[in-house]
Amino acid sequence: MIYLELFWSFFKIGAFTFGGGYAMFPLIQQAVETHGWMSDAALINFVAVSESTPGPFAVNVSTYIGRETGGLFGAFCATLGVVLPSFIVILIVAKCFEQFKTNRIVSGCMSGLRPAVIGLIGAAVVSVGTTVFFPSGISIQNMITYSFITSLIIFILMLILVFRKMHPIIIILISAVLGIGCGYLQPALIQIL
Amino acid sequence: MDIHDNGKDATIFSLFTVFLKIGAFTFGGGYAMIPLIQKETAETRHWITDSDILDIVAIAESTPGPIAINSATFVGYKTKGFAGAFAATTGVVLPSFIVITAISYVLDKFQSIQAVQFAFNGVRAGVLALIIKALYSMYKQCPKSLVAYIIAAAAFLTVAFLKVNVLAVIASCAGAGLISSLLIARRIHS
Repeated sequence: MIYLELFWSFFKIGAFTFGGGYAMFPLIQQAVETHGWMSDAALINFVAVSESTPGPFAVNVSTYIGRETGGLFGAFCATLGVVLPSFIVILIVAKCFEQFKTNRIVSGCMSGLRPAVIGLIGAAVVSVGTTVFFPSGISIQNMITYSFITSLIIFILMLILVFRKMHPIIIILISAVLGIGCGYLQPALIQIL
Repeated sequence: MDIHDNGKDATIFSLFTVFLKIGAFTFGGGYAMIPLIQKETAETRHWITDSDILDIVAIAESTPGPIAINSATFVGYKTKGFAGAFAATTGVVLPSFIVITAISYVLDKFQSIQAVQFAFNGVRAGVLALIIKALYSMYKQCPKSLVAYIIAAAAFLTVAFLKVNVLAVIASCAGAGLISSLLIARRIHS
């Protein structure tokens, strides 16, 4: 039953996401891989779409995966799943906020979850990096391909711009233009080389 | 915490529309939303106070789920109880849901175009740069201690290379944090 599967998978993702954003990428990727919902490249493409559209990544990605795999009702089930844990937890916390704020168990767990988020984003860097640079497997041979070299150049340029505080949407636009340029120039450039 | 008196002039419908607006105009999500929530709900409408905003940030940091959902539910509940929480949360989710559903219908056809495939080849490299920036920002914010470094390294290695279940890794990290903080507290007391 795809609807129940979507709801439950995204319920777990919603319940285990702390810090939001890219920290949830490994969680989503694991769910997508286990169920065979889409390719890694399609998921990363969607990260760019989500950065360029309004709303939180969690809601965007659950709506998208739900729609792709289960149609409109699938999108509804996945989004409901990802929203529900937050909704329930906040209703409980709002009633006893003062106790919650000073609770030693909560602050203890948080002292482990904060560094965990760093590790999870680090893992996202590795898996996205592998998809970007080695779509057909990691090897020395795959490092002298046209796509590896152009990806590396685009990546380094974007990294410089990102750390100069360029807006994510501008980064995505520039890298899209560079990607199109590199794609159409491939036959010409390979002949010259 | 009790439901606020200042929320009297708020209606279920106005909670819905204000959070619809917040959902429709925040790109990237996360903390980018906080200034807009502060302006719309505290400064302009006095539904909540500025110190409530600080509480929201604190809560969002220590509860699961996206900040947008956490803060919408919290503000909605504080002003109009459960119905308010429901209206605000529905409002903040709806723009994403509609926009992404619409996009998903065209994205599939779109992705078979050669130029779009080339564009996404470049975009994926750009996304990698964005994630590295996020990693750097989170690292700067994170408290630095030996335990924190060990937990971060363990989470990284088990998820990136050992392909361990991510849910189990997150739960273990929370447990490790809890145990280490209780041990430190006990040592200070004795």
